[in-house]
Amino acid sequence: MKENIIIIGGGAAGMEAATQLQKLGLTPVIIEKSNALGGHIAQWDKLFPAFHNAKDVVSKMFDNVKDIKTYLNTEVTDIQRNADGFHAVLSNGEAIDGKAVVLATGFDLFKAERKQEYGYGIYNNVITSLELEKFFRTRKDERINNPKKIGFVHCVGARDVKVGNTYCSKVCCTTALKQACEMKEVFPEAEVYTFYMDLRMFGPGYEDLYLKTQKDYDVKCIRGRVCEVSEDMDGRLVIKAEDTLFGKPLRMTLDLLVLMCSMEKNKSIDKIQQQLGVENNSDGFMQNRDMYLGMNDSKQEGVFVAGTCTAPKSLPDTIGEARSVAVEVFNYVNNK
Amino acid sequence: MDFGFCLSPSSHVKMDSVDLTTFNRLKETNPDVNTCIACGSCTATCTAGNFTEMSFRRILLMLQRSKEEEAKKMIQRCMLCGKCTLVCPRGINIRKILLDITR
Ligand code: SF4
Ligand code: SF4
Ligand code: SF4
Repeated sequence: MKENIIIIGGGAAGMEAATQLQKLGLTPVIIEKSNALGGHIAQWDKLFPAFHNAKDVVSKMFDNVKDIKTYLNTEVTDIQRNADGFHAVLSNGEAIDGKAVVLATGFDLFKAERKQEYGYGIYNNVITSLELEKFFRTRKDERINNPKKIGFVHCVGARDVKVGNTYCSKVCCTTALKQACEMKEVFPEAEVYTFYMDLRMFGPGYEDLYLKTQKDYDVKCIRGRVCEVSEDMDGRLVIKAEDTLFGKPLRMTLDLLVLMCSMEKNKSIDKIQQQLGVENNSDGFMQNRDMYLGMNDSKQEGVFVAGTCTAPKSLPDTIGEARSVAVEVFNYVNNK
Repeated sequence: MDFGFCLSPSSHVKMDSVDLTTFNRLKETNPDVNTCIACGSCTATCTAGNFTEMSFRRILLMLQRSKEEEAKKMIQRCMLCGKCTLVCPRGINIRKILLDITR
């Protein structure tokens, strides 16, 4: 049986879906626009809630897909439905046919400079969560110079009508606490603060991480949203927030500010998505057929969705969806 | 005979008898008064809040906890500069609401 399944996106969702589809006897083909598989998670150092090495998980995933046909540096430039399924034209000039399409196109990180009041790109010591993760991997970043006071800002580009994103990005609360603890390990003398509106510790072991953050790492969580960042004469950062539990406005001088950037739908797929007739929800993420029983179906026959293209998700969520989409595709192909 | 005991008035907010007249009136023209998430951005950025107790977030709460007089007193600190409206992540039209409360 040679039933190609076109998987667009080679991140966690795409790789895991391909792995499972292959086990089910189908022939997945991964089309990845960048020069490597792995997506965002491959840029991560440690995973919440228990500080596992991201590398261990990702390298297993790489291993699982090593025999699966993969196109790197390749985009789908055109896709048409025909009697047998789909015909996709690729940016390398090739074309492939498939019975079904899986959109596993993932997310883009919110561009922190859009939130101008936080000063990213203006002040030297404002960095993003992704850049901090890179620092943990490489221990190299000129801006991180033995900071004595470090702040984390939650919900950057999320829960904020002013940037057009009213949704919660789900994983950044836990990521902030994870990174806060790691900063304490690298700089034990530093004071570390996080500024949150709600701490969303939604998963197994996540609340335990919160407790650890308080007990073992002495990270201070302050309930208030940072509304302004400026620089003082010495080039240190001055932030303003309300300490809402104490009920007073607060000012603090920091050496480093980390912005917990939200997920936004990866928009580079918009044209193909339109050709396939898959719509977006009001939050800009792709729409699935049904929130409960059709999570991985789109409203278009033969077109499936998995991972963060439909909403912000954690890695376990994404892997779960990738496995579930494989079953959906398998049933679809076999009942056709 | 005075044994030195007395009854302290309860410090609870009496939600059973809370007076929401002003808040409900306000809600008719400004449905967004219900959408505050108490993030504190308005208070933190407030021009008047640097020197006084001014806090829009708390004004909304006062109106929902039978503390209308306190709320009206606090509003007098406001200079209507509108900075709070700029930073509110819920997009609440704070400046207009402050004006409507005093009307
Ligand atoms: S997960 Fe936390 S930091 Fe991220 S958007 Fe939701 S509340 Fe904000
Ligand atoms: S409009 Fe009033 S409440 Fe708002 S920031 Fe200005 S002074 Fe403060
Ligand atoms: S900024 Fe808006 S959401 Fe935040 S506390 Fe003030 S009114 Fe409420």
